Amino acid sequence: MFPNYEWLLLLFPLVGVIINGLFGHRLGRRLVAWIACLAVGLSFVVALSLLWAQVQLPAEAEPVKATLYRWMTVGDFTIDLTLLIDPLSVLMAVVVTGVSTVIHVYSVGYMADDKRYSRYFTFLNLFVFSMLVLVLGNNFLMMYVGWEAVGLCSYLLIGFWFERPAAADAGKKAFLVNRIGDFGFALGIMLVFATFGSLDFSTVFSQASALLPRGSELATTMTLLLFLGAVGKSAQIPLYVWLPDAMEGPTPVSALIHAATMVTAGVYMVARNHVLFERAPGAMNVVMLIGLATAFFAATMALTQYDIKRVLAYSTISQLGYMFVAVGVGAYAAGMFHLTTHAFFKALLFLGAGSVMHALSGELDIRKMGGLKDKLPTTYWTFVVGALALAGFPLFSGFFSKDEILWEAWLKAGPIVWVVGLGTAFLTAFYTFRLVFMAFWGKSRLDKKAAAHVHESPPVMTAPLVILAVFAGIAGFVGLPGGLSLIGRFLEPALTTPGVHHAAPVGSTLEWILLVVSAVVSVLGIYLAYHLYVLNPELPKKLSAQFGWLYNLLVRKYYVDEAYMEVIVKPTRELGGFLASDVDRGLIDGIVNGVGRVTAGLAPLFGGMQAGLVREYAFSILIGAAAILGYLILR
Amino acid sequence: MVPLEYYLALSAVLFCIGVLGVVIRRNAIVLFLCIELMLNAVNLTLIAFGRYLNSIEGQVLVFIVMTVAAAEVAVGLGIIVAIFRGRESVNVDDINLLKG
Repeated sequence: MFPNYEWLLLLFPLVGVIINGLFGHRLGRRLVAWIACLAVGLSFVVALSLLWAQVQLPAEAEPVKATLYRWMTVGDFTIDLTLLIDPLSVLMAVVVTGVSTVIHVYSVGYMADDKRYSRYFTFLNLFVFSMLVLVLGNNFLMMYVGWEAVGLCSYLLIGFWFERPAAADAGKKAFLVNRIGDFGFALGIMLVFATFGSLDFSTVFSQASALLPRGSELATTMTLLLFLGAVGKSAQIPLYVWLPDAMEGPTPVSALIHAATMVTAGVYMVARNHVLFERAPGAMNVVMLIGLATAFFAATMALTQYDIKRVLAYSTISQLGYMFVAVGVGAYAAGMFHLTTHAFFKALLFLGAGSVMHALSGELDIRKMGGLKDKLPTTYWTFVVGALALAGFPLFSGFFSKDEILWEAWLKAGPIVWVVGLGTAFLTAFYTFRLVFMAFWGKSRLDKKAAAHVHESPPVMTAPLVILAVFAGIAGFVGLPGGLSLIGRFLEPALTTPGVHHAAPVGSTLEWILLVVSAVVSVLGIYLAYHLYVLNPELPKKLSAQFGWLYNLLVRKYYVDEAYMEVIVKPTRELGGFLASDVDRGLIDGIVNGVGRVTAGLAPLFGGMQAGLVREYAFSILIGAAAILGYLILR
Repeated sequence: MVPLEYYLALSAVLFCIGVLGVVIRRNAIVLFLCIELMLNAVNLTLIAFGRYLNSIEGQVLVFIVMTVAAAEVAVGLGIIVAIFRGRESVNVDDINLLKG
C-alpha cells in the first residue's frame, strides 16, 4: 500500500517558513534553529519512507500521483497541484531533504553570531520548499513556479549580507543572469502548451512521439528553449558567470544551493523531459557539447583561483558540465548518479571550506593558509574524503559516477568526447588537491591574528561534515559498473521512453579498461598537485611567470566577465539611461505637460465669455432665442 | 371690430421696445420696467387671441402671467434694494462678481 502522505514533504518546510518568518525574531535562536531543522528533518524522514515504498514497487508500476488542489480552470484547460512520485522525483527529494537537513544543522553553528538569524532559516526553509515543488510537480507550471522560487531564494540568500555591496551586486547578477535562462524556459513551456494543449507531464510525454516528429524544427526549438533555462539555472556556458560571484553568500548557502541542489535543477529538468529531448537528437548534441565545453573550461579556470570558495564554485560548474554530458548522450541515470554523489561531496567540500574560514576568522585566500591539517583534524580528514571523491579517486563515490559518465560518453558519443572528459578529470584531480595541499599542508602562512585564534569547529559543524564524508565515501557503491548498478535499475522506470530501445547495461572488457584508465588519471592528477605544491613549492611561481599570457588568461577567467560588461551590461545601461532621460522625461513628460499648457492657453479665450456683465448675458439669450425662432419659422 | 393683426402688431412693437430696453439700459430699475413692458405686451397678445377665438383661456393665462409678474417684481426690487444698500449704485454693469 503506497503511502498517501506525500504532501507532508511540502508541508513541513512551509510551516517552518511561516513560523520562523512571522515570529522568528520573537522566538529566540534555539527555538528558531530547532523549528527549521525539524522542518527539513521531518521532510527527510518522509522522503526516505517514500523511497522505501518506491523501491518495493515493481518496475512496471505506474508512477503515483497525488493531486492536492485544483489550481485553475480556464475553458478546457485545467492545472492541478499534483505531486508526481516516481523514482526520479523520490531520488531528488531524498537528496534535497537529506543534504538540506545536514546543512541546516551546520548553519546553526556557522550563523550563530549573525544578527538576522531567523531570517536566514526562513529563507533556507523556503528554499527547500521551493526545490521540492520543483522536483515533485507533475506539470510544467509547478516546475516553473518552483524554478522561479528557488531563483528568488538564491537571490535572497546570496545577498544575505546586503550591507556589503559585493554581496548585493552578486545577488542581482545571479537573478538577472538566471532570468535570461528562465525566459527561454518560459518560451519552451509555452511552446509545449501550444503543441500539446496541456502542461501535464503524463499527457505531454504520452503524446510526444505522435506530435513531435523526430528531428523536426519544432522538437529542436522546444527542447533548446527548455535547455536554455537549464543553462541559466545550472551555470553552463554562457550563463555561468553568476555562480562564482554567488560565493559572496554564507558558505552553507553555497553548499546547499550552489552545489547540491538548485544548480542541479537543470539536470533534473532535462532528465524529466527526456521523452521530449529524445525527439530532438540535434538538441541533445547541443546539450552534450555545451556540457563538455563547460566542464573543460571551468576546470581550467579553477586551476588558478586563490579564493577557496571560488575554486569550488568553478569545480561545481565543471561537474555540472559532466552531468549535462551524461544527459546529452542519453545516459540519464548516469547523470542523476553523478548529481547524487556530487551533492554529497561538493556540499562536504563547501562546508569544510566554511569550517576553515570559521577557524581563520573569515580568511578565504589559500595563499594565506597552510599547515592546518594538524590544527583542524576533523575538518581536514573530511575535506580530504570529499576531495578524493571529487577527484575521482578509486572506490570513492565520485569515481564510480564520473566513470559511468565517461563510459557512456565513449559508447554513445565517441572517443573524442571521452578524451576531453578524461582530460577534465585530470584537471579536476589536480586543482582539487592543489586546494588541499595549499590549504592544509606545508608551513603555515597564516596572518598573525588568524593564527592566534585557530580552533577546530564545534561539533554542530563537524558532525555534518562527518555524515557527508561517510556518504561521499560509500555512496558510489549504489552505482557499480558492469551492469550492477542499483541506482540505474531503480531509476529505469522513470527514465525509459516507450519505443526507444535502451541497451541493457552489460559489463564488457572495454568498460573495465576505461575504468582503470580513469583511476590512473585521477592518481596522476593528485600526484602532479603533490609535486607542485608540496615537493617543489617554488615551481608554480616559475611556471606562471614563464607562461604569463596563459596564466593571466586563466586568472582573469578568459576575460568573460569583462566581455559581458562591455558588450551587454554597458550598452543596456546606456539604453536605460537614454530611455529614462530622453524618452521618459523628455517625450512622455513633455506630452503630458504639453496638454496642460495647451489647456491653460485656451483658458483666456473661453474666459472672455464670462465677464460677469448681465447685459451681455441677456443679449446672448436674445440672440439665441431669435436664432431658434428664425430657424423654426423659416424651415 | 379692430382687425386682429393690429393688436398683434402693437404687441410685437411693445415687446421689441422692451427687449431693446433690457439690452441697452444700464439702470436696474429701468431694466425691470422694460421687463414689465415685455410681459404686458404678451398679455395684450393673449387677450387679443382670446377675444378673436372666443375662448376664455386667454384671460385665464393673463391672470396667471400678471400674478407671476407681480411676484417677480416684488422679489426683484427687493434684490435691487439689497444691492443698492451695498454699493450705492444700481448700474448693472457694476454687478460683475460672477465674472469668470
